[in-house]
Amino acid sequence: MPDRLEVTKTYKLFIDGKFPRSESGRSLAVKRGGGAVFAHLCHASRKDLRDAVVAARKALPGWSGATAYLRGQILYRIAEMMEGKRAELAEAIGVAAIGAKGGRGTKVESKGAQTEAEVAAAIDRLVAFAGWADKYAQVLGCNNAVAGPYYNFTVPEPTGVVAVVAPDSPALLGLISLIAPAICAGNTVVALASEANPIPAAILGEVIATSDVPAGVVNILTGTRAELVSVIASHRDIDAVHAASVGEAHARTLREGAAENVKRVCIREDADWFDAAACSTPWWIEPMVEMKTMWHPSAV
Amino acid sequence: MSPELRTQDKSGNGALAVRDGGQAAVRRSGPGTNAPGLDFGLAWNYAPAPETAKVSIVDRYGLFINGKFVKPSGAGSGHFATINPANEKQLSEIAQGSPKDVDSAVKAARAALPKWAGLKASERGKFLFRIARRIQERARELAILETMDGGKPIRESRDVDVPLAAQHFFYHAGWADKLEYAFPGGGGIGFQPMDGRGGGGKQRRTGWKPVPLGVCGQIIPWNFPLLMAAWKLAPALACGNTCVLKPAETTSLTALRLAEILDEVGLPPGVVNIVTGDGSTGAALVNHAGVDKIAFTGSTDVGKRIAKAVAGTEKKLTLELGGKSANIIFDDASIDQAVEGIIQGIYFNQGHVCCAGSRLFVQESIVDEVVAKLTVRLASLRVGDPLDKNTDLGAINSRPQLEKIQQYLELGAGEGAELHIPGPQGGKAGRQQGTKEIVKCSQAGLPDKGFWCRPCFFSGVQPSHMIAREEIFGPVLAVMTFRTPEEAITRANNTPYGLAAGVWTDKGSKIFEVAKKLEAGVVWLNTYNRFDAASPFGGFKESGFGREGGKQGLRAYVHLD
Repeated sequence: MPDRLEVTKTYKLFIDGKFPRSESGRSLAVKRGGGAVFAHLCHASRKDLRDAVVAARKALPGWSGATAYLRGQILYRIAEMMEGKRAELAEAIGVAAIGAKGGRGTKVESKGAQTEAEVAAAIDRLVAFAGWADKYAQVLGCNNAVAGPYYNFTVPEPTGVVAVVAPDSPALLGLISLIAPAICAGNTVVALASEANPIPAAILGEVIATSDVPAGVVNILTGTRAELVSVIASHRDIDAVHAASVGEAHARTLREGAAENVKRVCIREDADWFDAAACSTPWWIEPMVEMKTMWHPSAV
Repeated sequence: MSPELRTQDKSGNGALAVRDGGQAAVRRSGPGTNAPGLDFGLAWNYAPAPETAKVSIVDRYGLFINGKFVKPSGAGSGHFATINPANEKQLSEIAQGSPKDVDSAVKAARAALPKWAGLKASERGKFLFRIARRIQERARELAILETMDGGKPIRESRDVDVPLAAQHFFYHAGWADKLEYAFPGGGGIGFQPMDGRGGGGKQRRTGWKPVPLGVCGQIIPWNFPLLMAAWKLAPALACGNTCVLKPAETTSLTALRLAEILDEVGLPPGVVNIVTGDGSTGAALVNHAGVDKIAFTGSTDVGKRIAKAVAGTEKKLTLELGGKSANIIFDDASIDQAVEGIIQGIYFNQGHVCCAGSRLFVQESIVDEVVAKLTVRLASLRVGDPLDKNTDLGAINSRPQLEKIQQYLELGAGEGAELHIPGPQGGKAGRQQGTKEIVKCSQAGLPDKGFWCRPCFFSGVQPSHMIAREEIFGPVLAVMTFRTPEEAITRANNTPYGLAAGVWTDKGSKIFEVAKKLEAGVVWLNTYNRFDAASPFGGFKESGFGREGGKQGLRAYVHLD
């Protein structure tokens, strides 16, 4: 018997700014490399996903209508709050989930320096996109010199509700790199965490809940891709998909389902996540914005 | 203005207007009755002013593959007739490209790719400049051909289609050697930039150049045949791609004439291949494993099928699909200008325009005035011979399209909306019943041969009506009313489409607020249906993704990450 029994918790889903358990009542055990139970976490169902989409849709007008300056400050606030949880996040990156059906989990050895580097990179990624919030429109948009007496300009606008499917590795940096460009542009997000390493995502939910992010702007689910990817693909109230390292079969499912309501799909299979400059370009934002071009006559 | 219409407009309770025991109601009106004091009588009967230049058309066209016109071959190949929709006379025979022909074209494009992509960018641009110049020089011929093959008025093909096609090549020509300015910080991560010698190294940011996608399969519609070819080819070529273009079945002639121009300017063989044919030819192109990118303009239904077909592949995709665009007129708009904008919005090119302003939202307080002015203006539009320089509306592009439009006319009347077909005769404001009467009325005074539909509009339309929800692609407008800006925005956005929108008000702050909230890729403010090579075009939501034209249009033809 240990001197002190650890108080293990069950990480819950993050939907509409709240932490509900899965409506399905299911949960998964998460173990450390050695096999001791580290925690439990909720195993999201299709219904949870649909609830998250409802929350994201509800949050969209407020978030997309907020000033870019405010959105940038809130992204920066998430980074500030993450900074205080660096140790907790780094530890969580080293913990693998056990399979959804009670099978054995993938063991991820905790390598201190590596996980700390990932947390640092994730925080810095947020800061980079915090800075983009009020600038990307100046880079991606433009004034167009049309051949006539018109004032004509093009501005990027958020696509809407974006489903994020995070890579298994790097679980935290990958998730952040997919979410940050989406929300910096005014989209709202429903994210499916890494299946193999979901705890960092669950902690991120706790960070976001205390970072002035309006309820529903970011929703985070832990669960299995096999169960949820097809629901994301066919959900008609999801406008875009930003995914990484999902493999050929799931990529195909996402693209086929997306055809139903002409979702925008961006799947990154070989992103070099730790290359900060490469992953912080406005072209990470561009797949989740719509270009709106406006014409007005210019005359007296 | 009829009392029924007034009642209908102000009821706003969602009830369908059922008149005459549920029979379809048609209003055929002329300026003599409904319009306040305007009756031109026979003064509108201008003498015919047909375009007289002769254009040579051969009896039978081949496919343009690897720089040569070749006969179609392989299973499923053959020829089909292409007709002039204004008189149903055969113009020529067009080749039906088989999967084997598509394969030859893709292989030619693949073979031409390394040299074209590796060509000094400024030289690549010079080819496009040449193409632009030749289109300008052969503009008259192209305009006549376009009008004969597609039925659009010569005024439009002469003043819009052909000049814009030339402009698209000229505009994109200049981009060829300036692409890195279009994608600041682009190039991101892990791909192999081509060096034109079949290789290339991992090369990031420093010295980074946008990389072409490869072989582009491009499928275009029949409403702007030459212009759509230019929209597709110009950016693809500027970025260093090679192309296989599939024109629409009913309108291949100008694309084939463009092939002659490409040959004239010395474009290397295989850089552009043009394979004519029906939907099966397009399907063969979409499914060809050697194609790196599909660009499609056409119906949302076909676009979704294409998206599914390429889902399991590495092919890039851009879609420019259908629309049901809202044109919103506020009570503080300049009404006369707005009425002209409504006309330009929905009756341009017989309404065969994906961004047509087919849903008109008029603020309730001015609906009577707008409808009255619209009626007068519609009665003065000249429908007829597309080659006549005075013609405002030409022929409907094909019999199937005409039948589709007629079905919607019957459907709308059956749903309880009131159909107005202002005619040049005037005097009669009768109401006919039954589908035959509607069709007859929509063709009053027009020739027996050819495909015709008078410009018309429905009033008393409810949001649930099919004519308010589905793309008709013809000269048919659905008129609805609203009370507040919020209501106008909500109703305008209440559609799966999101291609374009129009807003009419003289109040600056209002126009920007409404424009911001409209879910549409192109928003025309106090104007409608303006196009320019420098102005990106494309939709939100189910109207597709990707842009054509402008800086943003280049994105669809380069690798960035």
